[in-house]
Amino acid sequence: MRQWFKSGDPWIWMIGGGLAISLIMVVGLLMLIAVRGFGHFWPAPIMATSVTTAEGESDSILGIMVRSETLPAQRVRESGQDIPADQTLVTRHLIKVGNRDLTGRDFVWYLDSALGELRYPDDALRIERREWGNFYGFAVALERAGEIAVRGEGLWSEMQQAIDRANELHQRIQTLERVEIGRINSAMEKLRLERKALELQGISGAELAAAEADFAARQAELDRRFEDIQAERRELMDQSERDVLIAETASGREVRIQLNNIVMASRNNAMGLFGKIGFYGHRIGDFLSGYPREANTEGGIFPAIFGTVTMVLIMSVLVTPFGVLAAIYLREYARQGVILKLIRVSVYNLAGVPSIVFGVFGLGFFVYLLGGTIDDLFYPERLPAPTFGTPGLFWASLTLALLTLPVVIVSTEEGLARIPRTIREGSLALGATKWETLWKVVVPLSAPAMMTGLILAVARAAGEVAPLMLVGVVKLAPSLPVDGEFPYVHLERKIMHLGFHIYDVGFQSPNVEAARPLVYATALTLVLLILILNLSAIAIRNRLREKYRAEGD
Amino acid sequence: MIAAEKVGLPSGQQSYLPSADAMARRRRRRYLADSAAKWMVRAGGGGVVVALALIFVYLFSEVAPLLRGASVEQAGQFQAPGYAGSERSLLALERYDTLAMRHSSDGRLTYFTLEDGGLVEELRLDVPEGVTVDSIAIGEPRSRRVAYGLSDGTAIVVDHETRLEFSDGERSVVPAPAFPLGRAPVRVDDQGQPLEALAVQKTRDGDTGMAARTADGRLVFVRFRTTTSFLTGETEIERRGWVLPQPPGEVRELQLTANLWSLIGVDDAGTLLYWDISDPASAVLRDQAGAVEEGERVTELKMLNGTFSMIVGTSHGNLSQWFLVRDERAAAGDNIFRLTRVRDFDRHPGAITRIQPEYTRKGFAVVDDAGGLGLHYGTSARTLYLEQVSDTPLRSVGISPVDDVVIAEDDSGRILRFDVWNQHPEVSLKALWGKVWYEGRQDPDYVWQASSGADSFEPKYSMIPLTVGTLKAALFAMLFAMPLAIAGAIYTAYFMAPKLRGYVKPTIEVMEALPTVILGFLAGLWLAPFLENHIPAVFTVLIGLPLSFLAIAWAFSRLPQSVRASVPPGWEAIALLPVIALVVWALVSLSPLIEIWLFEGSMRQWFTDIGITYDQRNALVVGIAMGFAVIPTIFSIAEDAVFTVPRHLTQGSLALGATSWQTVTRVVLLTASPGIFSAVMIGFGRAVGETMIVLMATGNSPVVNFNIFEGMRTLSANIAVELPETAVNSTHFRILFLAGLVLFAITFLVNTIAEVVRQRLRDRYSSL
Repeated sequence: MRQWFKSGDPWIWMIGGGLAISLIMVVGLLMLIAVRGFGHFWPAPIMATSVTTAEGESDSILGIMVRSETLPAQRVRESGQDIPADQTLVTRHLIKVGNRDLTGRDFVWYLDSALGELRYPDDALRIERREWGNFYGFAVALERAGEIAVRGEGLWSEMQQAIDRANELHQRIQTLERVEIGRINSAMEKLRLERKALELQGISGAELAAAEADFAARQAELDRRFEDIQAERRELMDQSERDVLIAETASGREVRIQLNNIVMASRNNAMGLFGKIGFYGHRIGDFLSGYPREANTEGGIFPAIFGTVTMVLIMSVLVTPFGVLAAIYLREYARQGVILKLIRVSVYNLAGVPSIVFGVFGLGFFVYLLGGTIDDLFYPERLPAPTFGTPGLFWASLTLALLTLPVVIVSTEEGLARIPRTIREGSLALGATKWETLWKVVVPLSAPAMMTGLILAVARAAGEVAPLMLVGVVKLAPSLPVDGEFPYVHLERKIMHLGFHIYDVGFQSPNVEAARPLVYATALTLVLLILILNLSAIAIRNRLREKYRAEGD
Repeated sequence: MIAAEKVGLPSGQQSYLPSADAMARRRRRRYLADSAAKWMVRAGGGGVVVALALIFVYLFSEVAPLLRGASVEQAGQFQAPGYAGSERSLLALERYDTLAMRHSSDGRLTYFTLEDGGLVEELRLDVPEGVTVDSIAIGEPRSRRVAYGLSDGTAIVVDHETRLEFSDGERSVVPAPAFPLGRAPVRVDDQGQPLEALAVQKTRDGDTGMAARTADGRLVFVRFRTTTSFLTGETEIERRGWVLPQPPGEVRELQLTANLWSLIGVDDAGTLLYWDISDPASAVLRDQAGAVEEGERVTELKMLNGTFSMIVGTSHGNLSQWFLVRDERAAAGDNIFRLTRVRDFDRHPGAITRIQPEYTRKGFAVVDDAGGLGLHYGTSARTLYLEQVSDTPLRSVGISPVDDVVIAEDDSGRILRFDVWNQHPEVSLKALWGKVWYEGRQDPDYVWQASSGADSFEPKYSMIPLTVGTLKAALFAMLFAMPLAIAGAIYTAYFMAPKLRGYVKPTIEVMEALPTVILGFLAGLWLAPFLENHIPAVFTVLIGLPLSFLAIAWAFSRLPQSVRASVPPGWEAIALLPVIALVVWALVSLSPLIEIWLFEGSMRQWFTDIGITYDQRNALVVGIAMGFAVIPTIFSIAEDAVFTVPRHLTQGSLALGATSWQTVTRVVLLTASPGIFSAVMIGFGRAVGETMIVLMATGNSPVVNFNIFEGMRTLSANIAVELPETAVNSTHFRILFLAGLVLFAITFLVNTIAEVVRQRLRDRYSSL
């Protein structure tokens, strides 16, 4: 035995074990996110069963099994559930029963021993609503304009059509509200600012009167258009309120659900495999292209994806030229020596400075100092409401550009250093100036390295949250940063961000249990985005290495 | 060919090459472009470098004002309007720094402009004929309430309020004196004796309390409640009076707390006296304490904002802060407080004549009879300014509600006006890094509590809880990450099959790019509840996994040679993967049973019983999550260091008969140790600055301990939580910038050391 220890073999196994643990954690983490994230959209079977309470009363429930756990009975007692004294180990299930408007809680723990036989009725219905979360129950009848239209046979297909119609109307109302009314609002705001700007310029007399008259006319025109749109919106609203679904919960309580409150209805248990796959794709599409609802705990994440992408794009536009310029300066133009070495080490080290420090700098310097100055100079009519003197898209991008600058510089420098001497000397020998050599030979050759740097920077920026909390990301932005209004890209607007969305929904939301699947799905989206970016950076770098290994030799 | 082309040449031209002239022009242009590019790149690139340096400069410039003391500049002087000769006076200012108020002991309240002392309004109080003002008392500055004690046992209470008026868009401040208890004097002493020492205070619900020492040495206390009828709008004043226990000596000064529960006095021997008057009918003299040395007298006693602390000024110019501290001794009983001397301030050159507390902070201005003016601050024990500003003795001092103007009056009625910059008195090195005795606490402590809703709140800015929290989080993360990452790095670089290495290394490295918000969310929402439900598994896995590795290694070495050969060398780690999964699964399933067998069904309860606090989101969760975040960093750099150890070294060692494990420990590790060190440093730097994981996986409570089952609050998480909600350029704002600067400095230093070590290692390898 001692001999065996002396040989060192056990230690090799031990450090191998260390690596294996790391590997399992990495793979396990990715799998956890993937399984939970993808699983969220799958139409889970709806189970029906009976529950016997401690007092012996029986009730039937309908819902979806979320997870199960086995715990010492004592621990469950601590959490307030009543367990008979003779039990030491209990298994319990978390079941999503929905119907928050009726019972107040949509997730309930049930003891395994209290549950009766599990059944999966084909006609069990899952309805995703715009308010109050999901409804689980059975459809009874469809009411149209106050009268029962369909009951029993044919109800399901009729209901689907009615839901499609209601959704279409809802879509049109949304468009009216988002686009048309938004346009009028911004026109009114513009009018108000113009008026205030005139005041600030100190215009008076006839000129002022003329301007006032003009303003009044434009205001009246806007008011009239607003009235028109309102009327149209009311008309659509009335139409969408035509149908009502009468449904029944598992315990037999009758419920009326307005069809314009339904996002989609499904009979999960009755679906075939292809039906499920179609439904799955449909929900993923909704998730990626939809707007959040119910304090971000339901609906889609489109604004967050859009915000992240816009911010990262603007950041790329800012960081690339400066990063490349700095790298060329450091590698090609600056006098090599101790000072440059110091500068280089410092710049590299900035990549290791905590991101929150950049956030602090961004808030203090960009937002308050630069932004405040810009407001004073260019937007005096909007004061005291700040325009650029408050966190926003541009400052978020600028802060991230600063944060990722070292990444681009390091990567570009590496690329420049990799260009074989022979190529440069060849160019110089042909009589090219230094700049011509750089611009026509060295920079194009090292472009893939710059690309790598940029992709790494984008990957880092997309996942960064801490500094953004300070400089421009909010939980719910009223409008997207890019729209049809001049100047199309609104640099001063606040944005939503995938990473911050995860933090906010996971930790600031009132209904964590309901938000949990959504957070996993959002996390999965973000992880995929970043993995793809990183893998492409690695691929580019590897191809680059191969290429120069061949050319350099 | 050439000949054929030459034919096409226009007449007079010798060749297709540009003429010498054109060539020279073009060359000039190219060189111009070259040098222009040179300057542009220099400007641009240098600019970027400067911009990055700007981060440090800017952070520092935001923090720098914290270190400044106060600056005081005399901005004018004038004669007090209506100065009659020798009267005592009380000075006050209003928020816009346009008007000043002066109460004088001949029964007048004058409002005058701060600009030149021009009289705005003089109000003569209804002091009856033949009666004199024997004492003047002022309540908490915020209440603006002043009481005149008269020689017939009555008092007049007046509020020196002001009002804003707007006309033509111009703002003006006008006097608006108010008499909460009516213009006529109210009775304080039932026996009608002169009130020689007086204290007044306005409670939070508007009552007025007054305590006085009469000429015949009795102590009386009255409380007035004003109620306005909703129906008639009439004000009714209800008076209740008590005689308090006889003081041992002759009381000179009196002060009341704003809740009217405590009365503090000082007698002519310099003894501080504390009466508990929470039930005035059975008031007792609870405590007395000597505040001076032999031959010294207490000349001034004032309560700081919040009426919790007293400042005692003496005839020798000494200043000390006192407050009531709960007596912890068992014999003392419940809620018994003792007078405690908390701290002293720099000594004034002359006897203290007047102390004036600030309106919203714990600071105060002091004047003495040698013409000295001092600005001091309670919490930080700082004396921000202390200079002789006048040749004549100063008698009275007033301070602006926004702390930017101080006025002082000398013994000849001359008023000096000073402009003051005193933005950050709360901060001193000791207040940030040392134990501070905060109001209402039993003893000095490290506390971080930056804000609260109350006006009289004392901000507590100790950086220790945050620094300890940061180190605690980083420590547990490193404890988790270091063994795994370094073991993994050595194994990957030295033992692993090369083909496998090509997959394993990128797999772990790509995790470095994983957003930490995802790790934080998993740690907070998945890992923390999971660990809480399986506490025993934490311990069993910690012991069980290494044991199982050993067991497998042992079993493997006992296997026949033919079976062993089927596992190629360098695949051990892969062989262990299913083992780990199995062992962890088994131990986790066993966990509830262990809890039932050994800990009566709840290990968490068991922890509580033996006195260990257990939070769901604790340092263990952070350690694992943040450890996970730094493993790729450490792994990647350490692996590079081990892998690049020159082959001839290891081959030499093996050739001399060392086993491969001996070669690793004696040759490879020794050579690569600087690289591994630098990997650990960079990992540490990352752990120190990580924000989202700690923010989401801990309760963010600023505690000072290293209990693995409790949470913490780190510098970075604290910035993320508090910075969006602070007022720009406030002390709190700047302290958060300081936290950022500290983080910046620590990580920059750590990374630089690591980088230098790595550079030197690289040089050494190339020379080997």
